[in-house]
Amino acid sequence: MTNETINQDPEDVPAPQPSGHGAAVARADAKPILEVDQLRMYFPVKAPGVFRRTVGQVQAVDGVSFQVAEATSLGLVGESGCGKSTTGRLITRLYKPTAGAIRFGGKDIAQAGASELKPLRREIQMIFQDPYTSLNPRQTVGSIVGAPLAIHKVLPKNKILPRVQELLEIVGLNPEHYNRYPHEFSGGQRQRIGIARALTLQPKLLVADEPVSALDVSIQAQVINLLQDIQNEFGVAFLFIAHDLAIVRHFCPEIAVMYLGKIVEIGDRESIYNNAHHPYTQALLSAVPDVKQAATGGRIERIRLQGDVPSPIEPPSGCRFRTRCPIAQEICARHEPPLLQIGRQHKVACHFPGRLGEAPREPFTTGLLGVDAEGRPDPGASPSTDLVEQPGYADTWFDLDNKSIGRA
Amino acid sequence: MTIPGSELEIHETDAPVEDDSVVSVAGRSPTQLAIARFRADKLSMISFTVTVFIVLCAIAAPILVATGVLHPNEFHQELLSDDGVAPAGRFGGISWDHPFGVDPASGRDLLARLMLAITSSLTIAISGTILTVIIGSVLGIVAGFSGGFVDAVIGRIIDLTLSFPQTLMLLALSGPVVLMFRTQIADFAPLSFFESADLSNGFYVILILAIFGWPPVARVVRGQVLSIREREFIEAARLLGASRRRLYFKEVLPNVWAPVLVYVTLLVPAYISAEAAFNFLGVGIKPPTPTLGNILGDSVSYTSADPMYFFLPGALLALIVVVFNLVGDGARDALDPKSHR
Repeated sequence: MTNETINQDPEDVPAPQPSGHGAAVARADAKPILEVDQLRMYFPVKAPGVFRRTVGQVQAVDGVSFQVAEATSLGLVGESGCGKSTTGRLITRLYKPTAGAIRFGGKDIAQAGASELKPLRREIQMIFQDPYTSLNPRQTVGSIVGAPLAIHKVLPKNKILPRVQELLEIVGLNPEHYNRYPHEFSGGQRQRIGIARALTLQPKLLVADEPVSALDVSIQAQVINLLQDIQNEFGVAFLFIAHDLAIVRHFCPEIAVMYLGKIVEIGDRESIYNNAHHPYTQALLSAVPDVKQAATGGRIERIRLQGDVPSPIEPPSGCRFRTRCPIAQEICARHEPPLLQIGRQHKVACHFPGRLGEAPREPFTTGLLGVDAEGRPDPGASPSTDLVEQPGYADTWFDLDNKSIGRA
Repeated sequence: MTIPGSELEIHETDAPVEDDSVVSVAGRSPTQLAIARFRADKLSMISFTVTVFIVLCAIAAPILVATGVLHPNEFHQELLSDDGVAPAGRFGGISWDHPFGVDPASGRDLLARLMLAITSSLTIAISGTILTVIIGSVLGIVAGFSGGFVDAVIGRIIDLTLSFPQTLMLLALSGPVVLMFRTQIADFAPLSFFESADLSNGFYVILILAIFGWPPVARVVRGQVLSIREREFIEAARLLGASRRRLYFKEVLPNVWAPVLVYVTLLVPAYISAEAAFNFLGVGIKPPTPTLGNILGDSVSYTSADPMYFFLPGALLALIVVVFNLVGDGARDALDPKSHR
């Protein structure tokens, strides 16, 4: 299959990595294609009635910062309602963010208008969760996949069909099926059609919003492999939103864990899966069924979180996780923990960061925040001023094991 | 019990060679599937055939009158009985020359007049339906898709229209509006073939039907759009940068036309009977141009002298209403396979 560029200008497509289904590796030198900085999305809650006064705000996404490098994948995990899908819809600009910046290719698109967004639509596309509602049942596969070409008028009408057939072949469907209707395909095939549509304009970034959670497990693997092949071949960057930790581990070299609209821990695969420092990440990981451990009987005790996720309309004071956190103390209610870098590619937002069962007794952040162990202002301390969250990673970090400052 | 697997062998030997399905990869659209389901239903197909026949009659009638086959306005005093009112002979003067009999008091051929009546009644009903559906679906899509303020405004307009005393207004406005139409239409050349009085009366009825008929269509469409606009393919189209027009007419409209079509097939018979009712109240096309409404209205004066004159148009009206309704029911069942009668 050939990668025929439809853009007339020669783009610097990154050299394809060795093919095969091997998971992409995070490259430290890759320059970020997407930079999200302090992104916020508050949905107003309106009172019923004629005047529809705003009575509250759902803080769906509240100050999220991360980077996605070219031709790599960032996984966004968290339980339902934590704001990961909203983040995806903000980046694709289906929603307009309340505050914050979304820099794509160096340009802030957070507040861009419809006319500015149109060229952007070719660069950022989305794969939807539910293949049963994401395809218009009244359109043929050909017109669904060809719609982007027709809307952006990048190809003359008689060239659309060959391109559609080529795309269908890329995603592993029979190119002769272009005049069939979505209802004639299975869930996995429909998802492939959705992927073909997303690929039509050769985007640089694909937001995959739980692309496989509606599919059978056997089909999930096929679709994941397809996405990896696409990434290897076309150098597409992915923002991979999921709640299945195993799939994210397989697909994404870098993972961000969200809880109630905030990133609680972000880092490379190794840091998150083998070296998690946030109690929420640890609880999340302990819930993953592990066949090997189950067979040997050495299963790690599952951490059961008590209670429900608090309402994002009135999130808890301080740390948002404190109401369910097993190690929460006084300070957690008073101060929100900053997202601190604790490894070369590892950040965590916790007053008591530590491996499972090794959490420090004294809060780690007192000096930085200028407070005492209970969270009351400490007149003697001088709070650190540069606690602003940056999208990327700094060259220095707090080395928790050695109680020193690590350097790259 | 048979031996397991024995049926399988039989199936294999009996299985038709599936060459055709392999060759033609063209899929069947939801519409094509619905048509197949409609064709499989006998009652729907019978009603559909009758409907087609009625529509053909309506188209043929003016042509037959123009070519001199039918004579709807020819008086036959010789066919009436001695009192000069009731037709001579049994069953309203049914004969080979006049299969449906003749009018009382004038002796005009009832078949010719009924065929022409179907033409005018159907024209009014179908034009009214088309206008109703255009207004209703455009406002419904806009209301459903925009939501918020626009939706609220259109919703209030719907409430206002529904709560309006329409019969009263229909009668009150009939005089001035019809007169206005008449002066407007009088020198409009393409329509000069028709009587200007008939045209203005007909337009008035069509307008009234559409103005008071669109709210239910708008409500049906709005309800459909509300569920469709939350589907992910709308988001996908937005994400591709689709224009508002494309969203409305390419993404949404094909998904709402099924219930609209069903509504249309039910509106036509409703409007045919509404036209008859209006005519009875004195609004609508006046004799000598026949409509089902004015023939029925006229027949009321002759019920004892010539019961057939009432019975035949009444039965025809009932037949038209019933077959159109059955077609509508069939269309609904075919378009929505989940619904059961």
